[in-house]
Amino acid sequence: MARQMTGAKMIVQALKDQGVDTIFGYPGGAVLPIYDEIFLQNDIRHVLVRHEQAALHAAEGYARSTGKPGVALVTSGPGATNAVTGLTDALLDSIPLVVLSGQVPTFMIGTDGFQEADTVGITRPCTKHNWLVKETDDLPRLLHQAFHVATSGRPGPVLLDIPKDVQFATGTYIAPPKKTEYRYQPQLKGDLEEITEVIAALETAKRPVFYTGGGVINSGPAASQLLRELVEATGAPITSTLMGLGAYPASGDKWLGMLGMHGLYEANMAMHDCDLMICVGARFDDRITGRTDAFSPKSKKVHIDIDPSSINKVIHVDYPIIGDVAHVLEDMLKVWKARGRKMDREGLAKWWQKIDGWKQVKCLTYKNSDKIIKPQYALERLEALTKGMDRYITTEVGQHQMWAAQFLHFEEPHRWMTSGGLGTMGYGFPASVGVQQAHPEALVINVAGEASWLMNMQEMGTAMQYRLPVKQFILNNERLGMVRQWQQLLHGERYSSSWSESLPDFVKLAEAFGAKGIQCSDPADLDDAIMEMINYDGPVIFDCLVEKHENCFPMIPSGKAHNEMLLGDASTEGAIQSDGAVLV
Amino acid sequence: MNALHIKKGATSHSAYNLRPTYGDAVEQHTLAVLVDNEAGVLARVIGLFSGRGYNIESLTVAEVDHTGKRSRITIVTRGTPLVIEQIKAQLGRIIPVHQVNDLTVEGPSVERELALIKVSGGGDKRVEALRLADIFRAKVVDSTLESFVFELTGAPDKIDAFAELMRPLGLSEIARTGVAALSRGES
Ligand SMILES: Cc1ncc(C[n+]2csc(CCOP(=O)(O)OP(=O)(O)O)c2C)c(N)n1
Ligand SMILES: [Mg+2]
Repeated sequence: MARQMTGAKMIVQALKDQGVDTIFGYPGGAVLPIYDEIFLQNDIRHVLVRHEQAALHAAEGYARSTGKPGVALVTSGPGATNAVTGLTDALLDSIPLVVLSGQVPTFMIGTDGFQEADTVGITRPCTKHNWLVKETDDLPRLLHQAFHVATSGRPGPVLLDIPKDVQFATGTYIAPPKKTEYRYQPQLKGDLEEITEVIAALETAKRPVFYTGGGVINSGPAASQLLRELVEATGAPITSTLMGLGAYPASGDKWLGMLGMHGLYEANMAMHDCDLMICVGARFDDRITGRTDAFSPKSKKVHIDIDPSSINKVIHVDYPIIGDVAHVLEDMLKVWKARGRKMDREGLAKWWQKIDGWKQVKCLTYKNSDKIIKPQYALERLEALTKGMDRYITTEVGQHQMWAAQFLHFEEPHRWMTSGGLGTMGYGFPASVGVQQAHPEALVINVAGEASWLMNMQEMGTAMQYRLPVKQFILNNERLGMVRQWQQLLHGERYSSSWSESLPDFVKLAEAFGAKGIQCSDPADLDDAIMEMINYDGPVIFDCLVEKHENCFPMIPSGKAHNEMLLGDASTEGAIQSDGAVLV
Repeated sequence: MNALHIKKGATSHSAYNLRPTYGDAVEQHTLAVLVDNEAGVLARVIGLFSGRGYNIESLTVAEVDHTGKRSRITIVTRGTPLVIEQIKAQLGRIIPVHQVNDLTVEGPSVERELALIKVSGGGDKRVEALRLADIFRAKVVDSTLESFVFELTGAPDKIDAFAELMRPLGLSEIARTGVAALSRGES
């Protein structure tokens, strides 16, 4: 149905037609017509953040916890440049975002007008696609296409740059076309012949392992369900990247825990020694592979990915399958069943024996203390006290993030939001705001480091204004802990600028915003303090004073292979050679 | 609890040595990329090459379908087989890209480039330049008493060869279009 309306009205109408209920944004001159339209309606809730970077991360949190695209609205110039980190973060973690930015009117573009920036130029390399909308009549088509591109295939952020005169002018609105009408249609079904070959390899494998990633979660709930079925039926062990936690339940008996640089010993050893690796929706990131020429030397490798460019990018694979995870897993299960549900059970039993031996190493063991809170202990208690609750976790970036991945357990997808690919300090707090906005009744906890948390602490204002009872669980080691750890291991213990000096009094800071502050430094008080945080109806800053010099283990040092993992402080001396030091 | 013995100085490799040792020979490939002729599409393609550290040896672009608004970009690039595969996959990911063809591997193809070459000077050199131009079937498209502009079409190495010959004869300026290429036979 075609209707005449202004560009600004079209934007709100298209968002409604796309099923958007919440947007995160910050106004400015170049988006005033859009804010005017937002003011005049009640279907879409606008959450006013305190910084555009936070709008993007909040939209990411919303997207990752719901499976729907996140939407953000920013003004031209500084509004758009502030969005760049969030766009890059979403691009690297394949999070569907639709970002709308205002632009100076078309007749001023190129004149260095007030708050003019070449937004499509700046954001071209950090979006899946972007558009400068020059005609109001193009706006509805491009708005709908933006949602299609953001959510189809490998998801990602898209940006529409909309000049102010385009917002004011009148044009013809069109409703969203059917998804099938778009030319952009990534391949969903995997090649059946290739899938059959994979099943044949699986049937005779003696040491198979599933290595799964964020692609399983992005593929939707069916993918996680099918993955669980396939793992249970075949009895093969499964590990996951940081991005994929929750797709297979941590309580499942085939679960090896996370793999990678700070992954579990048994997971990395299984990857190293397997004879068949089935990579599902993961991308052989350098945090996963370690030294590539020593990566899983004895295995045949299967790679299931919707993005053809992920295949053979880093690691050469024997069975590439391009397709959507859910579609491919469904076919794999079908073919495996049809061929008689065969596995080399004897080989598998031996494989599990070996794995159980690795588990005995108990790689997450740490030396606890009754005087000072160990960060691992804090997370163990957080896990124990929130287990079974309707709980969502976000994190910042650093040691606390890795400990959270190791010590918190996820039973379902969409419950764990962390900046994996970009490693963006300042992600967790605004992401928790977005998650809480999407799940008002749930317990939303941001596991933070004090340094990361300060990067977007202004969002306390947003949390208070919208009564979002997010819990900021800060593991305060008064250090840029991860940096300090690397300096200890790589730079002769010269702790250059890795201290958190002049920290605020977090309790008073909370109170200054009208929130609750809790400080805890005694392990004996920890449980009560955590319960107080959980039970408080409103935002909480929990300042958990932890051991300052704890290191995060296990660790595969840069430039090392999976089977050259460091397990504890005793093994670190001389472990990283100077050639590893050039890596990040 | 350390169950492992870490070998000191075990390796000089790193996670950034991402290319396996096989197939390391660098090859030259000619890619034909059909794209929607929309704003910024060339910037996307060029940005992909610069952002990911790929080479562009030559690049030509023009709209080839005015009604459908499609442009054809011909890119000559160099890299190991794995890099070439990555380049094609990455190009295929760009939303306005319709099709990527690797003319180097998809059967025989013809490659042509056009060059305009200015040669200045007089006397014997001028005569010699004209004689060579005739051999290369270069056309004279402009002449003064002191200069010629030759137009030459051919494979890039033919143009290279002609330019080399003209250099001692007074080559003063050269403009090349870059390679345009098509596969031979029926599509
Ligand atoms: C925006 C940004 N800047 C710098 C870094 C590099 N970096 C990674 S971890 C880290 C320290 C984080 O400190 P904190 O948040 O206190 O966490 P901790 O490691 O102490 O748990 C830094 C500086 C980063 N990841 N992101
Ligand atoms: Mg810290």
